Amino acid sequence: MKICVLVKEVPDAAVEKRIDPSTGRMDRSGERNLNPYDTHAIEAAMQVREGPDVEVEEIVAVTMGPPTAVRALHKAVSLGVDRSVHLSDDALAGSDVAATGFALAKLLARESPDLVLLGQQSDDGECYTIGAVVADHLQMPSLTQVIKMDVAAGALRCERQAEYGYDTVEIELPAVISVGDAINEPRYPSLKAIMGAKKKPLDAVGIADVGIEADAVGEAGSKVVCGDFKAPPQKAVGEIIEDEDTAETVEKIVAWLDERKLLS
Amino acid sequence: MSGILAFALHYEGAYNKNSLGGVSEAARQAQALGTEAHAVVVGDVSDELAASLGNYGVTKVFRASGVPEGLAQPVVDVMAQVMRDNGHDYALFGGGLLGFEIGAGLAARLNAGVTMEVTQVNAVDGKLTAERPIHGDSSISTSSYKERGIIIGRLNAFDTAAPSDAQSEVQDVEVALSPFSTKARMVKRGEARGEEIDIEGADYLVAGGRGLGKPEGFELCEALAEALGGAVAATRAVVDAGWYPYSTQIGQTGKTVSPKLYLAAGISGAIQHKVGFQSSENIVAINKDANAPIFEYSDLGIVGDLNKILPKLTEAVKAKKG
Repeated sequence: MKICVLVKEVPDAAVEKRIDPSTGRMDRSGERNLNPYDTHAIEAAMQVREGPDVEVEEIVAVTMGPPTAVRALHKAVSLGVDRSVHLSDDALAGSDVAATGFALAKLLARESPDLVLLGQQSDDGECYTIGAVVADHLQMPSLTQVIKMDVAAGALRCERQAEYGYDTVEIELPAVISVGDAINEPRYPSLKAIMGAKKKPLDAVGIADVGIEADAVGEAGSKVVCGDFKAPPQKAVGEIIEDEDTAETVEKIVAWLDERKLLS
Repeated sequence: MSGILAFALHYEGAYNKNSLGGVSEAARQAQALGTEAHAVVVGDVSDELAASLGNYGVTKVFRASGVPEGLAQPVVDVMAQVMRDNGHDYALFGGGLLGFEIGAGLAARLNAGVTMEVTQVNAVDGKLTAERPIHGDSSISTSSYKERGIIIGRLNAFDTAAPSDAQSEVQDVEVALSPFSTKARMVKRGEARGEEIDIEGADYLVAGGRGLGKPEGFELCEALAEALGGAVAATRAVVDAGWYPYSTQIGQTGKTVSPKLYLAAGISGAIQHKVGFQSSENIVAINKDANAPIFEYSDLGIVGDLNKILPKLTEAVKAKKG
């Protein structure tokens, strides 16, 4: 069995995110890191490999993004991935969700995975919809926000919470699965793995290598035009108390609640 | 023709509230565009239930009986066919998990533009645009569409219209499902997990999240809720982790509440949780991380250790209330 894990580099949570008003795109300068949600997908792949149910020949991290995205791939490799593939091309800049999903599907098709795993959402611009886009292009069954996944004889048994409670769904492989963060507790990479990450194979490809026409991606291939960025209606900033003396803090909370007649 | 097609999710003979919001929004926008809004239902839907969507302004309901319920990809097959056959320009979904999955798959299938987490739709020059808050709700982006547009609402973004007596025409459609759409099979649907607790009627809610550290952390919330005369709520993360019953979950696939007081303990305040309680009268947050997003929209925020604060607060509330 071959597992591909879709990963993404995102701005570090500690860095303030901003849109470049001249282009309407995310300003991608500043510190960047592996999307924390993706570590759950990598861990899920590792647990399938370490489990008794199937033989996993290879786990491959796959990403699309600018040259700096290599750092996210190194992090993925340090968490146990065997090798990585990086799709990078100027023509991809400005791709919307649908165009991004299309490009990733082209890249994945070249790998012919039995299972594609991804995190439930990325921390920056796009949402947890990319899995559904990729699955439709790959013509594979798909499920998002999976919190339990058992593998057996060519199929998965998945659990996830949807509108009316928890659903149990059986899915034939190959499949595309987005995992929720409750699925596991990702391991920490060892120092040795971090040091060795840059030595693992990394395949850098452009759009021509995976059969993507330039006008199918980027701004030309995107069907959504984003613009008119505006600030949301501002809500008055609430009062903030830094707890130093808890007795005093509690007194302040009680007074605040009492003022609003919440303790009568 | 042009037109807007909405998906209406149903379960055990009733429509999902967010779907009715989506159907209502489709009808409002169709009126603004001078076109019609239609809806799609799949699976076991009676004539009466299907036609009742007319109450919210759609003129026609496409019913695909025999299509499995509760999974996205079969619905993508149905909606793609209905939109191609009838020339709908837009698909619209109320908030919720399934709508996200269907909408994204549909965008891939129809090579359409898609916008999720939409909070407002506008009709401008005969076309729809969609507003979507981004980057932790610090900015709002407006999407327009080069061709077809798929609009997926944020939870509770679209108001359900006051129902009229109007009935929709119901048209049955036969759809050949894609081979891969039938490779996922529902084994068990809608398992509640944990006891049934009514939190929707509570005036006071003490909500716990991952910051409680362990399932036992909820005991602190329970004690405070009891002192306040309220109930305990939870985030999806801790419900998925099995710390607290599903029936107490606030947000995306859980409940929406607006109590007098929402006290969030150890909750960072992700958007998917925020949408479930943001209309509460008073929001108080306790979190040790001063950068937690919840402090951006709480009325009173306490940066500190909930393990120290909650027990003392419980005692103080008890003393105050006598």
